[in-house]
Amino acid sequence: MNAAPHLHSNVLRSLLRDRTAAVSAAVLCALLLAALGAPLFAPFDPWDQTQFDIMDAEIPPLGGGADARFVLGTDGMGRDMLSAMLYGAGISIVIGVFATLLQAAIGVVVGLAAGYFGGRLDSFLMRIADIQLSFTTLMVAIVILAVFQASVGLRFYEEYALVAIVLVIGIAEWPQYARTVRACALAEKKKEYVDAARVIGLPPFTILRRHILPNTFSPLLVISTVQVANAIITEASLAFLGLGMPVTKPSLGSLIRNGFEFIFSGAWWITAFPALLLVALILSINLLGDWLRDLLNPRLYRR
Amino acid sequence: MFAFLLRRLGQAVVVMLVISLLSFSIQDELGDPLRELVGQSVSEETREELREEMGLNDPFLAQYMRFLRGALRGDLGVSYFFKRPALDVILDKLPATIDLVLAATFWILLFSVPVGVFAAVNPRHWFSNLAMGLSAVGISVPVFLTAIFLIYLFSVELGWLPSYGRGETTEIFGWETGLLTRDGLRHLLLPSISLASVILPLFVRMIRSEMMEALEAEYVRFARAKGLREGRVRMVHAFKNTLLPVITVGGVQIGIMVAYTILTETVFQWPGMGFMFLEAINRADTPLIVAYLIVVGLIFVIVNTVVDIVYGLVNPAVKLTGKPA
Amino acid sequence: MPLLSVQNLEVVFPLPGGTVRALRNVSFDLDRGERIGIVGESGAGKSAAAFAILNLLGKPGKIQSGRILFDGHDLAALDYEAMRQIRGNRISMIFQDPMVTLNPVLTIGAQMTETLRAHRRMTRARARDIALEKLRAVQIPSAEKRLAQYPHELSGGMRQRVVIATALLSDPQIIIADEPTTALDVTIQAEILELLLRLCEDFAVGLILITHDLGVVFGVTQRILVMYAGRIIERGPTAEVIGAPRHPYTRGLIDALPSAARPGTPLKQIPGVMPSLHEIPSGCAFHDRCEFAQARCAAETPRLEEQGARAAACHFPL
Repeated sequence: MNAAPHLHSNVLRSLLRDRTAAVSAAVLCALLLAALGAPLFAPFDPWDQTQFDIMDAEIPPLGGGADARFVLGTDGMGRDMLSAMLYGAGISIVIGVFATLLQAAIGVVVGLAAGYFGGRLDSFLMRIADIQLSFTTLMVAIVILAVFQASVGLRFYEEYALVAIVLVIGIAEWPQYARTVRACALAEKKKEYVDAARVIGLPPFTILRRHILPNTFSPLLVISTVQVANAIITEASLAFLGLGMPVTKPSLGSLIRNGFEFIFSGAWWITAFPALLLVALILSINLLGDWLRDLLNPRLYRR
Repeated sequence: MFAFLLRRLGQAVVVMLVISLLSFSIQDELGDPLRELVGQSVSEETREELREEMGLNDPFLAQYMRFLRGALRGDLGVSYFFKRPALDVILDKLPATIDLVLAATFWILLFSVPVGVFAAVNPRHWFSNLAMGLSAVGISVPVFLTAIFLIYLFSVELGWLPSYGRGETTEIFGWETGLLTRDGLRHLLLPSISLASVILPLFVRMIRSEMMEALEAEYVRFARAKGLREGRVRMVHAFKNTLLPVITVGGVQIGIMVAYTILTETVFQWPGMGFMFLEAINRADTPLIVAYLIVVGLIFVIVNTVVDIVYGLVNPAVKLTGKPA
Repeated sequence: MPLLSVQNLEVVFPLPGGTVRALRNVSFDLDRGERIGIVGESGAGKSAAAFAILNLLGKPGKIQSGRILFDGHDLAALDYEAMRQIRGNRISMIFQDPMVTLNPVLTIGAQMTETLRAHRRMTRARARDIALEKLRAVQIPSAEKRLAQYPHELSGGMRQRVVIATALLSDPQIIIADEPTTALDVTIQAEILELLLRLCEDFAVGLILITHDLGVVFGVTQRILVMYAGRIIERGPTAEVIGAPRHPYTRGLIDALPSAARPGTPLKQIPGVMPSLHEIPSGCAFHDRCEFAQARCAAETPRLEEQGARAAACHFPL
């Protein structure tokens, strides 16, 4: 821990030496900047329906001899694709990050409790994790969101879709964190310094926070990259099924769903651009995750 | 072995009870079954009579017990839309989904083992780098995007392959399959590839990393010191140890594949369970949704049990006596 | 002519941080049926010497130069197939930790018979008979039952007996044992050593016993080689070297043995630690830990000077 500055410069050097990781980091930074600064950069406000004109619908991107206002063309409602994509990427990133934070919060608490206290509590919590995992997140999310949508009505759903999606993905994936943290806690608990801390009478909470939690940091960092990418994919898949973000406040997935109707009529850009952006986003996160995994090389709990 | 099966059976019953309870409890949330059945035109009094008659006014637990008794006899309610028993509707759609899953599994098995093993044995070979790069891309492209891309390329642009439906099917032993006709296979090609595209890269990576770890193991060095041929060292000593984690994770992945059929079938309008499920959700066809969840839950439970048994057969350290050693 | 003659062997590990020279100019002979010990601290290069003989160096290690003559052939120059036919057939190995040496998913029987069938054409039944005979030779109780068992069903000591039986399968001329007792309980160590000694005598097998523990070689081997930082620094008949070491390092090792200390006196220790192979000091690699070191020791690398059956690499031998 006290070698932090040293570690820091090593990480940076390793990042720059690995060409794939360096490019991924650069792409990811650019995407984050563009997406979170979308209200500043975007030429139009894609959430304001009064700004689109149906006469502008399905204008191809520049190079197709089209309108100079719409660099990447427009969709079926005459909405500027570039603006919609920047805002959409922002929504996808927000969902990915917050859903992962929620997963981590639940998972760390459950994992620490299971690993440190062990016994019946441990087997009970891990059994729940098993059952939870055997229903895949996508399935759980589809059912819950469908029920939610049907019971509150579409209008209300559009209002609260973001919160609902974050909650569903966050709650459905906690076992990933819980298992990793539990494995770390079990390994650390056996070590002598934890015994020593217990012998001098430190309360369990202090031992967990000061001695065990810091050791779970690197595996958590590695799975977090994967989890953010997966959460973004899950949201996009839900959106494609019509259960994600509504088309009035579209995520990248909603934009793709919206564009799929036009693919047979040749308006490829309505699907292709958001799709490319989505893949670039997920790929850069995953490649950085791979690099991080090689760098930190934690023994991840598998199954 | 017997004790093991018994224990698994007990677990399966508990899991199925939980699933059925959850599924049943969402029934109330998804609209009024009466309106779905008789429409809006009936008077309020007749409605109330009907409600009483159908037992819709009974306490929740009583309704659930009635539902359970029905479920045990294979009666999962009647689909509002199809006006037929929900289980019959699902069983009609099941073969299409099984075709799809079988074909995707075929691609996965065909490519993941040789590619993963090759990449582990020759980590610096250009082909290994290519395979690892492609698998990183494969993991990052959502399954519905792969499907859309395949449709756009092979159906819209090139016009080589159909973009929707199952095509011609034949029936053997009551199973209606598209695997036996040329037309059926042509229809199956794109959906099965896109379904496999999510799982295949995961398998390639997993087999590679497990195999690399096994190749570094001391028993592999000892196998070489015994003068075994390199092929035997790799395929018997290293690969057999690679299989254990792959079987465990593979079982979970099959469950994930069933969930992904919803996406694939939707894009390709494949007349299977997944597409049916999404339509049922859009139509608020509650009995069909509940029946689907129960059937899928049953499939998960069966697959997990089979995976555990296979794992026990491959791993000598697990005796199938009920507890893992 | 000796059965095995290692001549001027140099082994290197090209690592990202620079090339490490694990063995420097190592030469030794082994006669038919002879037993020698290679002694040194971990990192001295003794395991590299053992694995280099069968060309089983862990990546990225490789033989830089030198010859390993076995029965007239240079093992360092053999192709893969020719080398394979020697491994486990004419030269066998016993590894350090029996808990990880045997494959967990194969039965003992399968792991033994496959070794025989890799070298000779024979039926499964015949291979099984030989395996059974060797299991009895290492005194495993109810040998027949063991063939169908998996490694996890056996204790550490039993597993090491299986490993030894496996090494004996093809009646090899040499067994290389890399720390064969280090991972075992103290009570079992002596049993295994005794067994190894008896088997080598009975079957007239040559033995190269690699260990960090001088106590292990005493009574088992006829000669020993002492290694330090990749070089042989002393060699000679076991009893003579232990009775009257010439190199100060060997002396330090002997003094550090618990049996060498008189009751009530503290154990002696060699001050400092062996240098890592990355940063070996100039001159005699031991000079900065040596109580007799002089200016010459830091400047000039001592050669291994022969004196009858013995040799030591020291400017000022004891």
